[in-house]
Amino acid sequence: MSNIVLEKDIAHSHEQGHEDAGSMRVFGFWIYLMTDCILFATLFAGYAVLRDSVAGGPSTVDIFELPYVLAETALLLLSSITYGYAMLAMNRNDKAHVLRWLAVTFVLGCGFIAMEINEFHHLIEEGYGPDRSGFLTAFFTLVGTHGAHVLSGLVWMAILMAQVSTRGLTNTNTTRLSCLSLFWHFLDVVWICVFTVVYLLGVV
Amino acid sequence: MYNQSQVHSSAGTSHGSSRSYMVGFIISVVLTVIPFGLVMFPTLPRNITAWVVVALGVVQVFAHLKYFLHLDTASEQRWNLIALIFSVVIILLLVGLSLWIMDSIHHNMLAH
Amino acid sequence: MFGKLSWDAVPLHEPIVMYTLAIVGLMGFALVGTVTWKRKWGYLWREWFTSVDHKKIGCMYIIVALVMLLRGFSDAIMMRTQQAMASSGGPGYLPPEHYDQIFTAHGVIMIFFMAMPFVVGLMNIVVPLQIGARDVAYPFLNALSFWLFVVGAALVNISLGVGEFARTGWVAYPPLSELGYSPGVGVDYYIWSLQISGIGTLLTGVNFFVTILKMRTEGMTLFKMPVFTWNALCTSVLILAAFPILTATLLMLTLDRYLGMHFFTNEAGGNPMMYVNLIWAWGHPEVYILILPAFGVFSEIAATFSSKRLFGYVSLVWATIAITILSFIVWLHHFFTMGAGANVNAFFGIMTMIIAVPTGVKIFTWLFTMYRGRVRFETPMLWTLGFIVTFSIGGMTGVLLAVPGADFLLHNSLFLIAHFHNVIIGGAVFGYMAGLTYWFPKAFGFRLNDRLGRIAFWCWLTGFYFAFMPSYVLGFMGMTRRLNHFDNPAWQPWLLLELVGVGIILCGVSAQALQLYVSIRNRAKYRDLTGDPWDGRTLEWATASPPPFYNFAEQPKVNDLDAYWGMKERGVSTLSHTDYRAIHMPRNTSAGLMISIFALICSFALVWHIWWLAIFGLVASVVAMVVRSYDEDIDYFVPAQEVARIEKARLKDLAEA
Repeated sequence: MSNIVLEKDIAHSHEQGHEDAGSMRVFGFWIYLMTDCILFATLFAGYAVLRDSVAGGPSTVDIFELPYVLAETALLLLSSITYGYAMLAMNRNDKAHVLRWLAVTFVLGCGFIAMEINEFHHLIEEGYGPDRSGFLTAFFTLVGTHGAHVLSGLVWMAILMAQVSTRGLTNTNTTRLSCLSLFWHFLDVVWICVFTVVYLLGVV
Repeated sequence: MYNQSQVHSSAGTSHGSSRSYMVGFIISVVLTVIPFGLVMFPTLPRNITAWVVVALGVVQVFAHLKYFLHLDTASEQRWNLIALIFSVVIILLLVGLSLWIMDSIHHNMLAH
Repeated sequence: MFGKLSWDAVPLHEPIVMYTLAIVGLMGFALVGTVTWKRKWGYLWREWFTSVDHKKIGCMYIIVALVMLLRGFSDAIMMRTQQAMASSGGPGYLPPEHYDQIFTAHGVIMIFFMAMPFVVGLMNIVVPLQIGARDVAYPFLNALSFWLFVVGAALVNISLGVGEFARTGWVAYPPLSELGYSPGVGVDYYIWSLQISGIGTLLTGVNFFVTILKMRTEGMTLFKMPVFTWNALCTSVLILAAFPILTATLLMLTLDRYLGMHFFTNEAGGNPMMYVNLIWAWGHPEVYILILPAFGVFSEIAATFSSKRLFGYVSLVWATIAITILSFIVWLHHFFTMGAGANVNAFFGIMTMIIAVPTGVKIFTWLFTMYRGRVRFETPMLWTLGFIVTFSIGGMTGVLLAVPGADFLLHNSLFLIAHFHNVIIGGAVFGYMAGLTYWFPKAFGFRLNDRLGRIAFWCWLTGFYFAFMPSYVLGFMGMTRRLNHFDNPAWQPWLLLELVGVGIILCGVSAQALQLYVSIRNRAKYRDLTGDPWDGRTLEWATASPPPFYNFAEQPKVNDLDAYWGMKERGVSTLSHTDYRAIHMPRNTSAGLMISIFALICSFALVWHIWWLAIFGLVASVVAMVVRSYDEDIDYFVPAQEVARIEKARLKDLAEA
């Protein structure tokens, strides 16, 4: 039926349509991220309202360990810059380095998730789970939703690594890498708000 | 700042250079270590520490937007910036007014 | 193994439900049987269910909306008959447990599964054509949005036969909607149907925002766009900003119900008022999402049927933008009585009154458009005139309610019910009906029967006044909403009057159903050969009726507002070229449908706590997304000869017209 086959080659194709489609996808993804900001804002509002509803249970000072959170923050921040290096490799059309930096990012991200799961597990074991009080509900949900986003990003990253590995840096893949880049950095921005509002202001 | 090394790709987003990522990273590290340090080792009065922590957090968000997300006032990015500003306005209204409402209800309804 | 699900879930002991299920089952069986007998499953699958064409998707949205209108309206009839029967102390025929589900379902269906899809459907059919584009920015996402919406509608309908629905009212306040007071599956059906269709809506918001900003044809700057497209843009902004709030709030309620958390519970530090606050922070922009497209429809119709350029285009656009922003600072007026105090109430009361101003500007704009125009009283214009009068009344009662002192007396009375039905029916629904009549020929290629359309309008108009004006009186007389039975004899005559009104509206709806049947049967006679049956002003009328799947063989260059009117006046045709080129189009796909089917399985399983099935549904849905992401055959080029063939057929039709 089609008499012209689309080129499935490298990024920076000269076809006007492809470039426009790619940039339109990235723009649309940015708009979706704006809605995600508002979703997080709602959770932050809920946290602010419920922060002091401890129902006789532990409050912020009782359960937050700042050195631990600093380590988590370091992992996530490092993963942001390693993803940046992956993007620079993408612009150089260097598939091998893209995959290498993505792999490092993936490991750092998994480290972050592991630390967060550990923190949650520890709290639940002590009887300070999300069903204990309004404060703990809001804490687990806000931090947990961020963690769920990170986890989704990791799944996406793994699939994208597989796709880049087999098909190379096609237009489709570079567009997707750009979208994931926005997602990953956005999650780091949200984490800045989380550690500031939840952990630091909770203990100050 | 390092405009000559900014590359605008075909995907419509501008890209940084290795240098801009490194600058952003260092700024972020500094803006993370300072607030953590101020809270873990209290030196300033509590409320001042709180304001400093929040202010540094805001600055770090801006640093991320500039150095990692490459958001600037270039014309291809204009709608991205407008969308972000609009979202921030909505967020400030949503959170600000909600907190005012919930706080007023809390006080007026004789909550303990 | 099956969680809470058992055969007890089927409400065999409720005859009304069982009769309804029997009738619906028979009609469904007849429909499926007819399609099978006529061997149309292949056609339906290829041309509709796997379509990524915005025109087809828009039509499907509206078809589902009309079907759900019937269910929502049936709920209304049941409520009104119950109230008419149950005054003077009798119990009526609907016990409270059933009645409560009916008023909840009525609200949920009318807002989420009638009004929203109507809005999205009209935007889908019209916006790409009006901006001279070939499709929306993300055609696959568009199809996915539609099927996710269908999942939401399906859940609400399944709840009728399997289990129960929420009994909380359409906004489901805690603590009533919490597990303690709603231990059944009703609120869970509510949560999942709204959450899933809400994702579809959010994706639609992204789609249309990007489409309108990035895919306008050459020469169409923002201030040369048709007003309907402007309203669609503002509606998209409202969706993008408001729906995340709904998603987050429903998530919090879900966590309370499923994992025992304490966002909104009475104990352990929950705060039920926070739900009220957040849900209305979404809820108010939501009603503007419903009304702005209707305003857009009226703007188009006022200009077209006055044969005159729209008055005050620039002020209309700014008024729409003002409404968009202001709709985020008025939401507390939905709960003035909940104890926020005088300062808070005063701020939001004043803001609510201010938001009436840009709306008033629009009313005057439409009136000035008609003034000294050559007004043609076609059916769309009738709906517009009915709207101007009716909506103005509803708007004024809204300004009255905006005064906190007055609201303390009138909140949750029938005065409130009268107000919002006044603006939703007189404003939104009249707008959708006008849009339906106006754009039907474009979408399907033939006009609707005119006489039945007029009968439908007059029935809706008179029916509405009989059905809802007495509610203002009843509100002042102290009757509250959602009453199952009561014994104030003074209310009876007004309620009977309202029942008459419901009957008249029923005549209107029947006229519309008949109109569809008659028009389809006589479609050869009503065929629209020119593509421009109303002497329109905007680009959608430059195409054939229905347009070719690629919309425009060559995207038109635009010089000014009312692009098509200008082209007609200059004698320019969009078909005045012979060098057709291949056109890049997206391929049909079943991926949207598959992702949604698994989402339906997952959510149904979650409602009934069948955990293994829920996990399967979720994983399968994600796998379907990944499979789609691996698909490289997602678009194609329409050969130039094919384009030429289609365009030449159109020229032939035009010559015959």
